Amino acid sequence: MSTQIHTGLLHREPPIFELSSPGRTGHALPPSEPLDDEGLPAAFLRQGAPLLPELSEVEVVRHFVRLSQWNHCIETGMYPLGSCTMKYNPKINDAMSALAGFTATHPLQEDEHLQGSLELMFQLEGLLCRVSGFHSVTLQPSAGANGEFTGLALIKKAIDVRGEGARRRKVLIPDTAHGTNPASVVLNGFEPVSIVTGPEGVLLPEAVRPHLDDELAAIMVTNPNTLGIFESHLKEIAELVHGAGGYVYMDGANFNAIMGKVRPADLGVDTMHFNLHKTFSTPHGGGGPGAGPVGCTAELAPYLPVPRVLRTNEGSYRLITELPNTIGRVHPYFGNFAILVRAFTYMLENGGAGLSRVTEMAVLNANYVRALLKDTLAVSVDVDTLHEVVFTDRDLKKETHVTTMDVAKRLLDFGFHPPTVYFPLIVPGAFMVEPTETESRVELENFVETVKAIVEEARTDPEKVTSAPHRTGVGRLDETTAARKRILRWTPAKP
Amino acid sequence: MRYLPHSPQDIQHMLQTIGVPDVEHLFRSIPRDQRTERPDDSPGLPECQLRRYLEGLAARNKNFCVSLASAGAPFHAVPKAVETIVGRSEFQTAYTPYQPEVSQGTLQAVFEFQTIVSELMGLDVSNASLYDGASAVGEALLLALRVHKGKRPVVWVSEGLHPHAKEVVRTMLHAFGDVTIQWLPLDPGTGATVLPGAVTADVAAVAVGYPNFLGVIEDIAAVSAAARSAGALSIVSVPDPANLGVLASPGALGADIAVGEGMGLAGTAGMGGPGLGLMAVRDEYVKQMPGRIVGQTVESRGGVGYVLTLATREQHIRREKATSNICSNQALVALAFTVHLSLLGPSGLRDLATLSRNRAMALRRGLLGIPGVRPLVTGPVMNEFALVFPRDAAGLRAHLADNGIFFGVPLARFCPERPEWREAILLAATETACPDDIAHTILLVKDFYREGK
Ligand SMILES: Cc1ncc(COP(=O)(O)O)c(C=O)c1O
Repeated sequence: MSTQIHTGLLHREPPIFELSSPGRTGHALPPSEPLDDEGLPAAFLRQGAPLLPELSEVEVVRHFVRLSQWNHCIETGMYPLGSCTMKYNPKINDAMSALAGFTATHPLQEDEHLQGSLELMFQLEGLLCRVSGFHSVTLQPSAGANGEFTGLALIKKAIDVRGEGARRRKVLIPDTAHGTNPASVVLNGFEPVSIVTGPEGVLLPEAVRPHLDDELAAIMVTNPNTLGIFESHLKEIAELVHGAGGYVYMDGANFNAIMGKVRPADLGVDTMHFNLHKTFSTPHGGGGPGAGPVGCTAELAPYLPVPRVLRTNEGSYRLITELPNTIGRVHPYFGNFAILVRAFTYMLENGGAGLSRVTEMAVLNANYVRALLKDTLAVSVDVDTLHEVVFTDRDLKKETHVTTMDVAKRLLDFGFHPPTVYFPLIVPGAFMVEPTETESRVELENFVETVKAIVEEARTDPEKVTSAPHRTGVGRLDETTAARKRILRWTPAKP
Repeated sequence: MRYLPHSPQDIQHMLQTIGVPDVEHLFRSIPRDQRTERPDDSPGLPECQLRRYLEGLAARNKNFCVSLASAGAPFHAVPKAVETIVGRSEFQTAYTPYQPEVSQGTLQAVFEFQTIVSELMGLDVSNASLYDGASAVGEALLLALRVHKGKRPVVWVSEGLHPHAKEVVRTMLHAFGDVTIQWLPLDPGTGATVLPGAVTADVAAVAVGYPNFLGVIEDIAAVSAAARSAGALSIVSVPDPANLGVLASPGALGADIAVGEGMGLAGTAGMGGPGLGLMAVRDEYVKQMPGRIVGQTVESRGGVGYVLTLATREQHIRREKATSNICSNQALVALAFTVHLSLLGPSGLRDLATLSRNRAMALRRGLLGIPGVRPLVTGPVMNEFALVFPRDAAGLRAHLADNGIFFGVPLARFCPERPEWREAILLAATETACPDDIAHTILLVKDFYREGK
C-alpha cells in the first residue's frame, strides 16, 4: 500500500493502474456469457487480457474527481490567453447538446429521420454566413487546423480546375502566423513563403508585391493578427493577390474582435475558418474537441466538402453527397456535431445584436488591461489593438533578468492562468493577453495588480519569481527529462 | 446579456481610463470603408424560447428503441458516471495543458488514456488523440510516407475500409500530392482484402480494416507479414476498439501502426461525433507521430508529474516541418473513453465484447433461418455482418422502423450501382440489444416476408 501525500484537499493520486486490485469491477452489464465462437478462428482471439485497472465505480469516480481538482479551468478563474479566446461556456449550450434527440441518433439514419439535425446544421451555416458575409459555410472540419486544411483545399481545387495546379504552389504567410498555418499549407502540397510584418505590426502591400506572379496560390492572413492589430491593408492586398490570380485565406481564430464590425468577405477574403471553441463559447475540454467551420465565396462553394445540407422547396432538408467538383469528405459524418449544437445555441441566444456587443466588450476589456499595464510592461508595438494585447519582456529582462516565463509561472501562485507566452514568435518574450468579454472589471483589475506586484517583486526579490511557482500542487516540471526519458505510458513495476 | 459582467458605470470608468469617449472609438483602427454597413441587430432568444426551439429540433430526429446498426458509429452502454466525470468544469472548461503546474488532472488522465490505448492495440506508444478514425487512417498513411522519406510513393489501401473513411483518406492524400493510392479489392466470396501479389518495393504502407466494413475479420497476421517482408508498414484500422476485448490486438498480429475510432466506447457516437481518433505505433515511429503526446517526468519539488512532450514534432514548434497540422484534438472524448474503460476493467471489456458478439450471432442465425436470406460474404465476422434479403430490403427496413427498430444500414446507400449490394443490409448488435429485441426483430422480418408485403 503506497502512502499518499496530500496537500490539504489536493490529493496526490497515483496512476489509476496502481489502485487496481483483482476481482473488482465498475460496470453493470448483463450477466456474463461464454463466447459464441462459432466460425471464429482461434488465431484471431486475444491471448491474455489488456492491462486495465480493476476498480469499483466509487474508486473510479474518486480517482477522476481528484485528478480534476489539479486543473485550472474557466470556472475557477480567468484565462488571459491570447489567440485562444477562453470565454465562459454557457450551461444552456451543454444541456441542448445533450438532448437525446441528438445524442441517440445514428448518423446514417435516413434523411427523413434526421430532420432536426439537418435543420440545425442548415440554420447554423446561415448564421455563420450572416456574421462573416460568406456565400456558404461547411461545418465538417473538426478544429481550426482542420478548417485551414479544408479552406486551402478549396483554393487548391479552384487552381486545379483552372489548370494551374502544377505551377501555382506558393502560399504567403506573415511571420506572426500560428504554426498550424504553414503546417496546413504543406498538407495541401503547397509551399509556404514567409513574409515580414511592417514596423507598425501590420502587413503592407510592399511585402506582398514581390510575390505577385503566376506561382502565387494564396496568402494566408490572421485578422486581426496575432498582435491584436487589425490588418488595415488586407483589402488592398486582397485586390493585388486576386489580380495576380491568387486567393485570400483568413485565419478566423480572432473573430471575437470583429463580429458585427467587419465581415471578412467584404475585405476580399475568399475563405476563412471559424473556431467555435473560441468565438462561439464551446468548451475547450482540456484540448478539444472544438470545431472549425469554413466559410467561402460563391466561386469556391462548388468545391466544399460533402455532405452538404439542402433545403427543399417543401421546407424539408436533404443531404447531398454527389457534387461533381467537391474536394471530397474531410469528416466521416458531420464534424463535431455536439459542438455545433452548443455554438448554435449561443448564436441564437445572442442574436446579431448580442454578438456585436460581445465583440465590443471583448475589445473594451483588452484595452482596459493595456491601459492599466502599459507603464509596467512594454507593449510590443505601440499602435491600436483590438481584442488582445502583446507585451514584451524586453525591458524587464534587461533590468532584472526575470523573463516572461518567470512572470507566467509566478502568476500561477496567485490563481491566474498565465497569458499565452512566446507567441507570436516575432515578439521577444511575448506575453499575450486576451481577457475576453466574460471577465468583469474587478477581475481584470485583480489580474493587473497581480502582474504589477510580480514585476515589482522581480526587482526586489527576483529569486522568488524565477523559482516560481511555489503554491501550485506541483513545482516546475522538467520537460527536458520528459523528452529524454520518454515515459509515455504506465508499466507495472518489475517484481 | 447574462454573460457580460459589465455595469454601465464599469464601462464609463474603463473608457475614461483608456482615454476614449465611447466604445466605437476602440474600433478606429478599422478603416471606415471596411466596416460592416448595416450590422445585424436581430435580438437574441430568452432561455425558455431557446429550449423550446432546440427541443423541438431534437424531437424531429427519430429515436429508435432498438438499434441494429454500427457502420462506423457503434452505440455502447456507457455508464452515467462517465458523463458525470466528463461534465466536471475542471475537465470540460480547461484549456490545453500547456501550463503543466495547473493542468496535472488533464495530463495524468491523458497518460492513462495513452496506456489504455497502447494496451488495447498491443503497441508501444499512443498519442493523446486525433479527430476521428477516418482522418487517423490518413495520418497513419502520411506517417508511413514520412518514414520512407518520399522514396516509396505508393500506398495500398483496402477497399474494405468504411466508405466514408476511404473518402477522407482520398481527400487527404490527394491534397498532399505525389502519392498513389492503390485500392485493394475485397474477395467477392469471403469479403476479405485481396493483395494483388507480393508487396512491391515502392509501397510505403498497407492499410486494412479490422474487422472491415462488411464486418469481416481480416487476416491481419498475413497482411502484416506481407507488408513487412517488403519493408512497408502495416496499418490496421479498428472501427470499434470494444471488439479488442475478444479479438487479438493489432500489435500482436504484426501491425506497425494501429488506428481506430473510440467514440462508441466514449458515448459520443450520436450524429457521428465528436469522434475519437486513436493511434498507437511501435516505439521506433514515435518521432513521426502526429498530435500531442504526454510524458511522465519529475517536478522541482521531487514528485512525479506529467507534461506534453516530444513537441518538436508539432506545428507550434516546427511549423511547416511538423508531422501534422493538428492542434486541438479530442481530449474530452479521450477522457470519456478512459473513464469507461477504467470502469469496465479487463473482465468488463471482455464481457461487453462477448455480449455484443453473442447478440449479433443470435440475430444473424435467426435471420439466416428465414427462406431467401443469405450472407453477402462468407468470411468470419465479429458483431457486424451483411445479409442479402430476398427482395424489397427498403420496404423491410421501413416496416421495422415503424416498429421502433433501426434495422442496419442498406449497403446500396454507399454504392447504388453494385447489383450484389442492392438488397444487402449491414447489421450489427452491441450489448445494448436484449435477447428479446433480437427475437422480436427476427419475428418481424419473418412476418414481413411471409405476408409478402
Ligand atoms: C491563430 C490561430 N490559428 C489556428 C489555430 C488552430 O486552431 P485549432 O486548435 O482549433 O486547430 C489557433 C489555435 O490556437 C490559433 O490561435
